[in-house]
Amino acid sequence: MTSRSEGAPPGPQSRDLPAETPAVACHGLTHRFGDHVAVDNLDLEVRPGEVFGLLGPNGAGKTTTIRILTTLLPCARGAAEVFGLDVAARPLEVRRLLGYVPQQLSADANLTGWENVMLYTRLYDVPRRQRRQVAGEALAAMGLTGAADRIVRGYSGGMIRRLELAQALVSGPRLLVLDEPTIGLDPIGRSEVWQRVDALRRDSGMTVLVTTHYMDEADQLCDRLALMHQGSVRAVGSPAELKAALGPDATLEGVFRHFAGGGLGDDDGGGEYRAVRSTRRTAGRLG
Amino acid sequence: MPSGAPAAPPAGSVSRPVRAAWGAQPAILGRRAAALCLVELQKMAHDRTEIYTRAIQPLLWLVIFGETFSRIHAIPTGGKPYLDYLAPGILAQSALFIAIFYGIQIIWERDAGVLAKLMVTPTPRPALILGKSFAAGVRALAQVVVVLVASAILGVSLTANPLRIAAAALIVVLGAGFFSTLSMTIAGLALSRDRLMGIGQAITMPLFFASNALYPVKVMPGWVQAVSKVNPLSYQVDALRGLLVGTPAHVGEDFGVVVLALAVGVAAASALLGRLARG
Repeated sequence: MTSRSEGAPPGPQSRDLPAETPAVACHGLTHRFGDHVAVDNLDLEVRPGEVFGLLGPNGAGKTTTIRILTTLLPCARGAAEVFGLDVAARPLEVRRLLGYVPQQLSADANLTGWENVMLYTRLYDVPRRQRRQVAGEALAAMGLTGAADRIVRGYSGGMIRRLELAQALVSGPRLLVLDEPTIGLDPIGRSEVWQRVDALRRDSGMTVLVTTHYMDEADQLCDRLALMHQGSVRAVGSPAELKAALGPDATLEGVFRHFAGGGLGDDDGGGEYRAVRSTRRTAGRLG
Repeated sequence: MPSGAPAAPPAGSVSRPVRAAWGAQPAILGRRAAALCLVELQKMAHDRTEIYTRAIQPLLWLVIFGETFSRIHAIPTGGKPYLDYLAPGILAQSALFIAIFYGIQIIWERDAGVLAKLMVTPTPRPALILGKSFAAGVRALAQVVVVLVASAILGVSLTANPLRIAAAALIVVLGAGFFSTLSMTIAGLALSRDRLMGIGQAITMPLFFASNALYPVKVMPGWVQAVSKVNPLSYQVDALRGLLVGTPAHVGEDFGVVVLALAVGVAAASALLGRLARG
């Protein structure tokens, strides 16, 4: 493994895209599961280089939006683009721009950290001679060089999340998509993950699209937020702008109640069954 | 490395046409299959428990069933000792038993988020399925070693020709690959582990008994012979017998049928992969 200073993340690759192209652009995006409208006429724009948060309770449509943008769900109605590429028409090219960390703990527990990351260097066609260097740098950026040869089953929850970030970094993504990255983590694990994400954005200029229902994280760490409820965006702006619109002592929780008519814990349906099950399973794996 | 400098190698511009980037589809399929097979080998290297436990069943078939039926002389084998006749069938059966429940693993991977993460990589879905199917084949190769060693110890007259043994290993990989795609196709329809377990249990024994693994096709009732005719396991066993113990076989035709079945299985499982991921 190559040596590398910890904390310096891999940066996004140089690609010939216009600088002003939005990282993400959705227009009239709608997605139904049977009669249930999961995403309802969504308009959204994420600027290059920002940390953008999708904030809302379970069932708000955050994960469905993410799954359309990552090409996991078809874009049946409306349009979605990633750096100007239509996700429906050019899915393979879109995927080359993405790093994705799903909500569940998705690293393979039966492999070492090194093997987990090397797998993704192969799946992203990193040239053979550069794989070890790229994997070593991604692990170093996540502070996992010392644990790289250990089986992942023995990792803490925060370490697994950082490993998943390392896996997502090997392609040098322009857009890092994080679906509830700190769910189920203890405060130290949450802090570790966010420190790494913040360093990534600061050092590489990578765009980060993150879903969360932790108000404090969204408030402190996102440049801008979209408050989602029942499949649609109720408000967009920086945390400071959103709070200022409500009053001098407003909190993000208050902002959300104002725009959505309820708090994050007051969701009528409690979210889709699978979303809740997935959340509980992830929390369970983290102990 | 200074901050902000790209660490990952340039994989090309996004404006590059898809056809150019994916011009060599067979090469992509091969690379992805190799990557997923390597992962399977790494897992087997870290935890050999499954190799040992999976060795028990074929050993029981050879030692108990094989030795007993060798004494009965009830099954026409064309002059071959029954154990010689049986060993290739047990080899195919043990690979079948590994592969037919491979869909459970892909459902687990769906629930764990692994499948979604794989599907967000620039990997065409057929390449993912083909990779998974060859990974099942890699697991089945461990059974080749177990059954061949056990057969040799029990006195089966196996070929010593390395090319024939390599060809036998290849047909085991292809056969296991097909049955794993069948399992992943069922996973795409059933969507849950419980349903897949039930369906897997329901089809495994009929596939096994409606093949030439234990007895020749000509002793079967007519309708079972018809099932055997479209059962890829029969072709796999025929090739294994021809290669390993030298019975008359249609090895070329057998390979052709198993490869065709694998291609159909990859297409079907790939078509259902999106449904499985959403299910």
